[in-house]
Amino acid sequence: MTLSASFRKRLKYFDLEISFACRAGKMLVMIGPSGGGKTTVIRMLAGLTMPDAGRVVFGDEVWFDSARNIHLKPQKRRLGYVFQDYSLFPHLNLFDNAAFAAESKKEVHDLFELFKISHLKKRKPHMVSGGERQRCAICQALARHPRLLLLDEPFSALDVVTRRGLREELKILKGRLSCPVIYVTHDIHEALFLADEILPVVDGKIDRGWMQRTITREPGEGISARGAREPRLSLVY
Amino acid sequence: MDYLALYVTLKLALVTTLVLMVLAAPVAYLLAYARFPGKSLVEALIYLPMALPPTVIGFYLIIVMGPRGWAGRVWEAATGGSLLFTFLGITIASVVYSVPFAVQPMKAAFQKIDRRLLENAYILGLSKRAAFLRVIIPNSVAGIAAAAVLVFLHSIGAFGVLLMVGGSIPGETKVASIAIYEAVEMMNYEAAGLIALSFIPISYAFLLLINRLNARTGA
Repeated sequence: MTLSASFRKRLKYFDLEISFACRAGKMLVMIGPSGGGKTTVIRMLAGLTMPDAGRVVFGDEVWFDSARNIHLKPQKRRLGYVFQDYSLFPHLNLFDNAAFAAESKKEVHDLFELFKISHLKKRKPHMVSGGERQRCAICQALARHPRLLLLDEPFSALDVVTRRGLREELKILKGRLSCPVIYVTHDIHEALFLADEILPVVDGKIDRGWMQRTITREPGEGISARGAREPRLSLVY
Repeated sequence: MDYLALYVTLKLALVTTLVLMVLAAPVAYLLAYARFPGKSLVEALIYLPMALPPTVIGFYLIIVMGPRGWAGRVWEAATGGSLLFTFLGITIASVVYSVPFAVQPMKAAFQKIDRRLLENAYILGLSKRAAFLRVIIPNSVAGIAAAAVLVFLHSIGAFGVLLMVGGSIPGETKVASIAIYEAVEMMNYEAAGLIALSFIPISYAFLLLINRLNARTGA
């Protein structure tokens, strides 16, 4: 299944105008400075924000088409969405959170094993660390068998060490997923580490030179070396 | 001591609280989340009983629930009875009188819920109704409980509106506040004092409960 989307939306400081596609099993990383419209794009994919115009097609199913007045509700899109924070329900323990919309409880147990949080099943979200909460949020999203997985800066509120660990876990998980994954970040290291494709978004537009300009301006050793070594990396424009 | 009046008071406050918890929750939800034309006018109308003198509310309730009022006529056609001077009549009056005290704290509690929690519920496939029941209500327990306590306290203190709609029928419509008033009228200060005294621990305990609930919700 391939997701293809094109959006136009007037935002406060600029007009967002963007088109892209992502194939099943691939991770498209949307990168760019904060406030550039990345989260708005993700929200429009999820059906939480209404674009002014555009079209979203998943496989042969039309999720949104402004010309034909089609707008599939978020409930009907069957996708997984991991927010930056606050996506877990505070009144439920971690297991009930992950099992909230799960197809099978056994799968939730397996996911908890995979993400090494089995010992925290009975804890409420406020009783665990930020990293453990985000692991649970990923389990919650995956337990629904999403057709599309959206991750909106899921690790940005975490410390560097936790973040690095989760990034690696996510990379392993990515190999097992069969749906398209859209990942939003403003962290170039994260993008280069995880992406199959990178989509730089600046002020609501795809900016093909942004990565290059940013890396040249702030030449973090790891960044240029990693980018050069990454054979799968292809910038899509 | 007029135990019967105390019993009617507590029964009335309990029924009012239960009825309002069910009726006010969807209204508070709409005021917290829905956008519709004339919303501020509707909201002001819902809070109007708080700003009106109880006798004014009582007067209009008599008009509506009386034998010539639309509610009174419908009730009489259906049951053959009257709404005025009955427990049902004072329950309706008490509900109308306390509506703002149920809606306002519930609305505040619902508005405190992070919007992203609701969005996540929709993403996970929940309808708005299911999200209300499975996400909003369980995360507003303290606010709902505070609303219940406020309504209960406000109901046990009702006087003018109940006197106008229900009169003073022992065991039916004579509540404690009316019993106190009548005892004082008859210069029976001892009887009035006993009933009045019984209110103080009840009200004090409930106020302490509200403070604890507010501390929990951070209100």
